[in-house]
Amino acid sequence: MWTLGAIGFTSPLVLGALLALPLLWILLRAVPPAPIRRRFPGVALLLGLKDTDTETERTPLWLLLLRAAAVAAAIIAFAGPVLNPSQPKVTPDLPLLVVIDGGWADARDWPRRIERARLIVEEAGRSGRTVAAIRLTDTPARPEFQTAQPVLDRIAGLSPLPFDPMDADWIAALPEGGFETYWIASGLDHPGRSDLLAALQGRGPLRVFETARPVVALAPVAFKDGAVQIRGLRQPAGTQMEVDVAARGLDPAGIDRELARATLTFATGKTETEAALNLPPELRNRLTRFEMAGIRTAGSVTLTDDSLKRRKVALIGGSAGREGLLLLSPTHYLRQALAPVAELIDGSLVDVLKASPDVIILADVARLTAEENNGLVKWVDAGGLLLRFAGPRLAASDVARMEEDPLLPVRLREGGRALGGAMSWGSPRTLAPFAETSPFYGLSVPAEVTVKAQVLAQPDPDLAARSIAMLEDGTPLVTRKALGQGQVVLFHVTANAEWSSLPLSGLFVQMLERLAVSTRPALPEAADLAGQTFAPQQVLDAFGVLQDPTGLPGVPGEALATGQPGPDRLPGLYAGEDRLIALNVISPETSLAPAVWPANVPVEGLEAAQEQPLKGSFLAAALILLAADVLAALLVSGRLSGNLAARLGLVLALLGLAPTEGRAQSGDDAFALTATTELRLAYVVTGDMRVDGLSEAGLRGLGQQLFGRTTVEPAEPIAVDIERDELAFFPFLYWPVTADQPLPSVQAYGKLNEFLRTGGMILFDTRDANTPGGTSAEARRLQLIAAALDIPPLEPIPTDHVLTRTFYLLQDFPGRQNGTIWVEAAPPDAEQAEGMPFRNLNDGVTPVVIGGNDWAAAWAVDERGLPLYPVGRGSGGERQREIAYRFGINLVMHVFTGNYKSDQVHVPALLERLGQ
Amino acid sequence: MTPQSDLRARAEELGQSLPPLLAAAEHLAAAIMLGEHGRRRAGMGDEFWQYRQVHAGDSARMIDWRRSGRGDVQYVREREWQAAQSVSIWVDPSASMRFTGDKARAPKADRARLLALALSVLLLRGGERVGLMGGLTPPRSGRAQAERLARALAQDGAEDYGRPETTGLAAHGQAVLISDFMGDLAAVEDAIGVAMARGVRGALLQVLDPAEEDFPFDGRTIFESMAGSLRYETQRAGDLRSRYLARLAERRERLATLARLSGWQFTQHHTGQGAQPALLWLYRALEAGF
Repeated sequence: MWTLGAIGFTSPLVLGALLALPLLWILLRAVPPAPIRRRFPGVALLLGLKDTDTETERTPLWLLLLRAAAVAAAIIAFAGPVLNPSQPKVTPDLPLLVVIDGGWADARDWPRRIERARLIVEEAGRSGRTVAAIRLTDTPARPEFQTAQPVLDRIAGLSPLPFDPMDADWIAALPEGGFETYWIASGLDHPGRSDLLAALQGRGPLRVFETARPVVALAPVAFKDGAVQIRGLRQPAGTQMEVDVAARGLDPAGIDRELARATLTFATGKTETEAALNLPPELRNRLTRFEMAGIRTAGSVTLTDDSLKRRKVALIGGSAGREGLLLLSPTHYLRQALAPVAELIDGSLVDVLKASPDVIILADVARLTAEENNGLVKWVDAGGLLLRFAGPRLAASDVARMEEDPLLPVRLREGGRALGGAMSWGSPRTLAPFAETSPFYGLSVPAEVTVKAQVLAQPDPDLAARSIAMLEDGTPLVTRKALGQGQVVLFHVTANAEWSSLPLSGLFVQMLERLAVSTRPALPEAADLAGQTFAPQQVLDAFGVLQDPTGLPGVPGEALATGQPGPDRLPGLYAGEDRLIALNVISPETSLAPAVWPANVPVEGLEAAQEQPLKGSFLAAALILLAADVLAALLVSGRLSGNLAARLGLVLALLGLAPTEGRAQSGDDAFALTATTELRLAYVVTGDMRVDGLSEAGLRGLGQQLFGRTTVEPAEPIAVDIERDELAFFPFLYWPVTADQPLPSVQAYGKLNEFLRTGGMILFDTRDANTPGGTSAEARRLQLIAAALDIPPLEPIPTDHVLTRTFYLLQDFPGRQNGTIWVEAAPPDAEQAEGMPFRNLNDGVTPVVIGGNDWAAAWAVDERGLPLYPVGRGSGGERQREIAYRFGINLVMHVFTGNYKSDQVHVPALLERLGQ
Repeated sequence: MTPQSDLRARAEELGQSLPPLLAAAEHLAAAIMLGEHGRRRAGMGDEFWQYRQVHAGDSARMIDWRRSGRGDVQYVREREWQAAQSVSIWVDPSASMRFTGDKARAPKADRARLLALALSVLLLRGGERVGLMGGLTPPRSGRAQAERLARALAQDGAEDYGRPETTGLAAHGQAVLISDFMGDLAAVEDAIGVAMARGVRGALLQVLDPAEEDFPFDGRTIFESMAGSLRYETQRAGDLRSRYLARLAERRERLATLARLSGWQFTQHHTGQGAQPALLWLYRALEAGF
């Protein structure tokens, strides 16, 4: 085959005939069009007139070009042109290694990657090569070259994993000997990729398949300047792009919802963008994750941990009434330290308790009323952190002298002690390094921090265990005890600089942070996490969907601290002793780098360029040109009168316009009129012609039955595009689910939710006969589609659901199949009343009915009203079709009449009929 | 085919075609009933004109006793003076009249004959004498004349363009020339000159096909006259249109001028239009001459 660009020719010699075109040129130029003879009396008037222009004695140039083009098209057609001719194999005898990245970035178009891999393997199988396929996210294991079939089976079941490929580890695991490599790459650079590339190139030729679709990812959010900062990344930088980011969290009822939404706008040519989301603290503390709407990769989801939460801290100063200098105020330094990182609440202790703060700080408060005492104990018991500071009042009081106060960690000795004062021997004491068991372990102790006075703890057996910070002489500086689920912490010094210089130092802030009083920094340090084991609470898969982590082992803190997910630490939310840590695919330092391939590596798109013979097209073009030539010849010779030309023009125009879709041109008003002048059953367009036609035929059949049997008299069914059309006109939508249906856009989801909230009903039909466990492709698609819909809890239809008796008395709801259907769950308190056959169930219409019984096929009729598809076998099947119609009628009745049949008035009549 | 059988076939054809033509002409004429045209003065005639008192010299037989019996004065009943006119008609029988630009349209000759015969029927009903120029069908009155005219009109001529004949033109009568006037206009001028010399006035009616008015031709074309005596070839007929139309307008202007100078009437008629306006025009044109 001889190729010219993307076009090859099967018999290129025929192209030589193109040389004859000039001959045609000369021939045609010489022969003018034949004249017409006309009888015309007016010739007497013409005598003596001269032609002004003698050019037309020859064939006009444009006609000549037309004819030459027609002949050329015919010649090219017979030369057998082929678009994208299959490339000859470079080394057809080498085994083939198919390398798939399989990381999170591949999730955005995983089916296309698998399809491409399948094509590659099939082609290799046809040419008799052995094949192996590896996924770089797997633990390296030396692959075996096999025949194509087992490899095909294997890659069909592959799915991407939510971390980066481990290129470097695979180098050692590459098969022996030479082989050719086809690498289906994600388009992102990973550590070790270039090494693996070099290793693969050393073994044989390498070909890379990449997609041009950008990878979009969400960096972990941070709280800065009073707002949540959202940072988006993408690769490659393209034109301007907008991505919506949904902030999700629990609503007050504990249900996962979208709480806020921000839009990231990538400017043209930029790979990074930021947006700020201003949220009230109440809302912000409930956030659990951020998702990019419409993008389904693990990189587009970022989970939030404690770092976004702002503690609510109540500050209670003991000397609130005293007029003193500001710097002497017991709470001044606390306020300075906490204001940037926590929500501060002021007020009396009783008031503050009602606001359920996370932390209450009592600065030198000695005496509490019984009410305050009980409230505080109860609050700490439920998980509050009570932080107390000593001071002159506490030292002077007799609190916890003889026995331990529940709200103090230790018993206190009277009076305390003063160091380094004018009347004492010692000098001010410094702090001892923190013990390993202390929560402050790891913080460096600055030498300038000195303690001049403190309250002293009574020696007790568990004093050592309760001390978490000590002075160099071993006297406790900070003590702590657990109380219920909460804890009480006492600083044995004042919160101001009166007794010590601790509040002036940076250590004070760090200690508050360690005590979880203030907000934690986003990234914990490895040392912080060392030695702890974190249990996964939620994990993400590569598509950014949260999965149940049951059965996954705990992760050591050191591994979490790397911030990079891996096979042993899937991205997700990990719970440690006192903190939640989110491990995201994208860490704050991550930047998406494009994979750069050496110039000698051919890079192809994912789309397999199919061989496409063009012979037919060229022949058709030649015929069209010849037909045009006929018209043109008529025109030139004057045989084409105006009338005929107009008619031909009309015919051509009609031919050109005929296939356009009628709906596309009609405006919204026309659609609204069509939809509302008569009652119409509507179905959702899936894009699959066969399914859509079936839906229409099915609803037509159901409509005819409704017309014949009930007072519901629907007109022809109507197709609804949920992206474009208004849904408010329809009471009922039939939605057949196909495996490759596109997900609705955000706007469409808005419309659908509005539709469901305002009393519309959607009948979802997966048409898969309820494959067990919802594992069919359609069912999985339905789960994806329905995830964002406002659907209440569902249950299999109970035998006393109102659908069983809105028109016919039914217990089965078959279509072509007969499986369970799901409707809105009955309220848990619904009980069967005495003497009533039915519970008084939902006070309204179930917004969705979900099943897989392929109802449209059972309802479908052709233009003459005859069934299109067989149902069941023999008369039993016809009975099933009848029941299917009855279900459809019941359903439409249910939509229109709601819970009318639940009305108790009908109970006696129904009882009587049931008795027969 | 023997000449005899050929003659018979043509005779039958003629016999079949005549009544429809005559019927069509009668039908057309029925739409116009203007009555006989009196001379607007007392004289010989059938119509009552006026009563007048008896003069000396009136014979007793002239007295209208029915009128006079109602009073003391005797009256004489006078009748309007009526006189029959001779109208000579010439319909161009030449080949050029057999042209039609569209299969759906009748040739010009059909329309010309229809108009001529309808006019004859009208005139004959009015008591006038109608004949054809050329001397074969001299002016006569009476209904039988219509059939004779129809028979004579059916004759086709062989020449390309017609020349009006002036033989059989009744002196002081009226004349009607119906043709496309595509031939030599000098012949028309001669004929009108002869008619003027005999005190004949009349009307010219130019019958044209819309195709002749539009010239809807284009491309390389050889134009031939209907009998084939003239031939003209062009490479691009569309270019000739404006010049052709100019010549046609010039010819019409010449005819109109000729008619104006000689006191005749001239108009134009297209076969694409209805026949009745043309018939009405012809009738009025003749009436003005009476």
